[in-house]
Amino acid sequence: MGNKQTIFTHEQLEAYQDNPFRQRIAQVFSQAGDGHMTLDDFLDMFSVMSEMAPRDLKAYYAFKIYDFNDDDYICAGDLEQTVTKLTRGELSAEEVSLVCEKVLDEADGDHDGRLSLEDFQNMILRAPDFLSTFHIRI
Amino acid sequence: MAQPRVLVLDVPEPPGDQDQEPSPYEESEVHDSFHQLIQEQSQLAAQEELELQQRQLVAGALGPPGSGHQTLVGPGGAPVHSTATLRILASMPSRTIGRSRGAIISQYYNRTVKLRRRGSRPLLGNVMRSARPSLRLYDLELDPATLEEDEKRSLLVKELQGLSVAQRDHMLRGMPLNLAEKRCLREKSQVQRGKWRGPQDRAGVFSCCSRLRYACILALHSLGLAVLSGLHAARPWRYALKQIGGQFGSSVLSYFLFLKTLLAFNALLLLPPLAFLVGVQAAFPPEPPGPAPAFTGLELLTGGGCFTHTVMYYGYYSNTTLNQPCVPPRHGDQCSPRASSLPYSMPLAYLFTMGAAFFITCITLVYSMSHAFGESYRVGSTKGVHAITVFCSWDYKVTEKRASRLQQDNLRTQLKELLAEWQLHRSPRSLCGRLRRVATLGLAWLLCLGTMLGCSVAVFVFSEVMIQSPVSAGQEVRLLALPLVVSLLNLGAPYLFRGLAALEGHESPGLEVYVAICRNLILKMAILGILCYHWLGRRVATLQGQCWEDFVGQELYRFLVMDFLFALLDTLFGELVWRLISERKLKRRRKPEFDIARNVLDLIYGQTLTWLGVLFSPLLPAVQVLRLLLLFLVKKASLMANCQAPRRPWLASHMSTVFLTLLCFPSFLGAAIFLCYAVWQVKPSSTCGPFRTLDTMYEAGRVWVRHLERAGPGASWVPWLHRYLVESTFFLFLASALLLAIIYLNIQVVKGQRKVISLLKEQIRNEGEDKIFLINRLHSIYERKERSRAGRNEEATMSPALHADRRDTW
Repeated sequence: MGNKQTIFTHEQLEAYQDNPFRQRIAQVFSQAGDGHMTLDDFLDMFSVMSEMAPRDLKAYYAFKIYDFNDDDYICAGDLEQTVTKLTRGELSAEEVSLVCEKVLDEADGDHDGRLSLEDFQNMILRAPDFLSTFHIRI
Repeated sequence: MAQPRVLVLDVPEPPGDQDQEPSPYEESEVHDSFHQLIQEQSQLAAQEELELQQRQLVAGALGPPGSGHQTLVGPGGAPVHSTATLRILASMPSRTIGRSRGAIISQYYNRTVKLRRRGSRPLLGNVMRSARPSLRLYDLELDPATLEEDEKRSLLVKELQGLSVAQRDHMLRGMPLNLAEKRCLREKSQVQRGKWRGPQDRAGVFSCCSRLRYACILALHSLGLAVLSGLHAARPWRYALKQIGGQFGSSVLSYFLFLKTLLAFNALLLLPPLAFLVGVQAAFPPEPPGPAPAFTGLELLTGGGCFTHTVMYYGYYSNTTLNQPCVPPRHGDQCSPRASSLPYSMPLAYLFTMGAAFFITCITLVYSMSHAFGESYRVGSTKGVHAITVFCSWDYKVTEKRASRLQQDNLRTQLKELLAEWQLHRSPRSLCGRLRRVATLGLAWLLCLGTMLGCSVAVFVFSEVMIQSPVSAGQEVRLLALPLVVSLLNLGAPYLFRGLAALEGHESPGLEVYVAICRNLILKMAILGILCYHWLGRRVATLQGQCWEDFVGQELYRFLVMDFLFALLDTLFGELVWRLISERKLKRRRKPEFDIARNVLDLIYGQTLTWLGVLFSPLLPAVQVLRLLLLFLVKKASLMANCQAPRRPWLASHMSTVFLTLLCFPSFLGAAIFLCYAVWQVKPSSTCGPFRTLDTMYEAGRVWVRHLERAGPGASWVPWLHRYLVESTFFLFLASALLLAIIYLNIQVVKGQRKVISLLKEQIRNEGEDKIFLINRLHSIYERKERSRAGRNEEATMSPALHADRRDTW
């Protein structure tokens, strides 16, 4: 955010709102689950997305963000939604399903067709980039 | 049939209705359905037996009962589970993530207990990673009675109080609870501080001394907090880095962070010479050899002229002991030292300061490299690239709309490339295609190596020409010719390499980047090698009787300045002008990309020059610091105005490790070898500098050790240390052998860990299959139960009729 202005015009606000997961972030960090955050929730969010948060904590919240249907597993439908949001819908359906299939192949440890929290955390352990990408700079 | 073994689980009965569809939100349903299930199963088994007997009695054998064998239903075919099965599945421990705060609290209670019992940090293998509350631990550690959340919380607080402050903070930080809860837990666990209560308990009111003491402690505490927050806010370029990260992402940011790291290294390198050499020599200036020449602007470029006889270069430093002005009255007498003087031997100080500065830099570099390596390398990190791309590559730092669109485009391209690569693996090329590929690669590499050889030969020939035509006093501009040629070659060759890479057409973009870095690095190292030979081999020979160290120091200064000027020119033409051309003339909407690899290699090259030159010019790190500051401003301005983020994917953390490794291995190692050769083998010039009268620079140390030996038995451990550790080679062999043994052991340990990982993966897979089997079995049991219930209802309606029939038939 800029430190020179106090009033943002609508266009300026629009320019800051293009994270495809912004609604999921708001839903996950709000206590009521409907996207409305109190000050505590807001602080929570920035605390988790800061540099100092440990990896497991970040992985836990990332798992909740990517779990669109809130069933504590990232199933194929959740994966498809994630990939579509990441690429703005510009991959064909066949490519999306191929990517989801490969992701499940690689990350699903107990072969039940969906990713549990442990599978997700194991995969995050192998990705050292995660700490630097799941991070909002203040 | 034998009595089925009933597993007794001490979990309470569920309070609610059994027919309701439970939601995962209901915490009270956790863990109790297994008990219910097993009771039901045993009842069912007994009932089934009874029914079977009844049916056999009534209507003869009805036929084989439902098959007891279940085939493993794969996850692909979504089975329709009965409501009872769904209810059980909804209360599995793995489904209660994030719903049950009480479960999280009890989980962390258990972890804290384990931590306290162990007394130290638990081993990596024993730390449970997930927040999944385990059924087994729930039973072992807590009471069988259901604990309210408050009770669980108070238990956790009690356990936390038993930990040390650091461990408590670490535990609290990792808990997935919200901030208000964590704050509350921390406050509660901090309250019991015995020594704060002492005076209050004893006297009832605070005594005067303790009030004063508390006031001081509080003031210090708030001062410390203010300093910390001030430091945090005053981090250099905090806002600039945030802007860059927000607009261009982590990959471009890594270049600027690397620049900041180099600034820190140079500041570290500057401090010892500044304190021990420059300051002291400036306080005791030697006699100037002649009138100082006037300042013309050219000195800033050539480093000569009026800069020559200043603290900036080696030649200014004296070879005597300072602060001991001593004129012996008779030959052979000792001077009587004044009581207040501290003799300061400049040659010794020069040698030790340079050695210490390099040693500190080496340790810092190796430590940061190993730290970065530990962060970024993982066993098995090359597999799972699709999963990592999907989950870990969205950069949350990016806030601007345009940049975020670009990121989405990049991700789409990356995923498409990954799929294409996978399909290429599936359908390998024909023999003809492979031969053609090998031929193209071979040709490209031959051309590259030829270019490098050509550049090296050109530099060698030009340097020989420069030696043959000596430069007189007024023509110092001609000295700039060699730096100019080298910088031109360094500028032009990478563009040629980029063209060749486009010709080669690599499929994997990561490999392309590494190949480009490799080629540029070999070129730069070759040129630097030729230059080192030119300075230490040829220039020393031709400048006998003059101050060759000053000359080498000035050469390096010139190279640094010329490199900086060419970097500015490259930014101007490569980015600004190219953007104007591509927008106006070519009408393309894409801005030029910021070439990270080339810019980083330029930084590493500049740092190598600084390290090469610090022995001959103690103030060279200051020049480098200035250069880096200006470079940051220029690059940032040009980036914001003219460039866009690179299209190729960039693993930021891997790249930081690669940059640090390149800084350490070819760059620092080469500079250290150069330094060692200059100190141990080259004869210093006899007219200037602190080592004028000696055979090698290292001899100053040997002279001092011999002086200590003669001085008496007081400091005899220093000569002993010197003779047996530094001068003998046995100690070095022993140390290297030990190091090799440690490395070998570590490699074996890593191999063993890999084996363990694959075994564990196999085990997880088997457990998953077991789970599917059990779920299917559950489903079949409930289905049978439903069917039998339906059948019983039918029979109940049918049996009066049957009885009626029977009565009729009697």
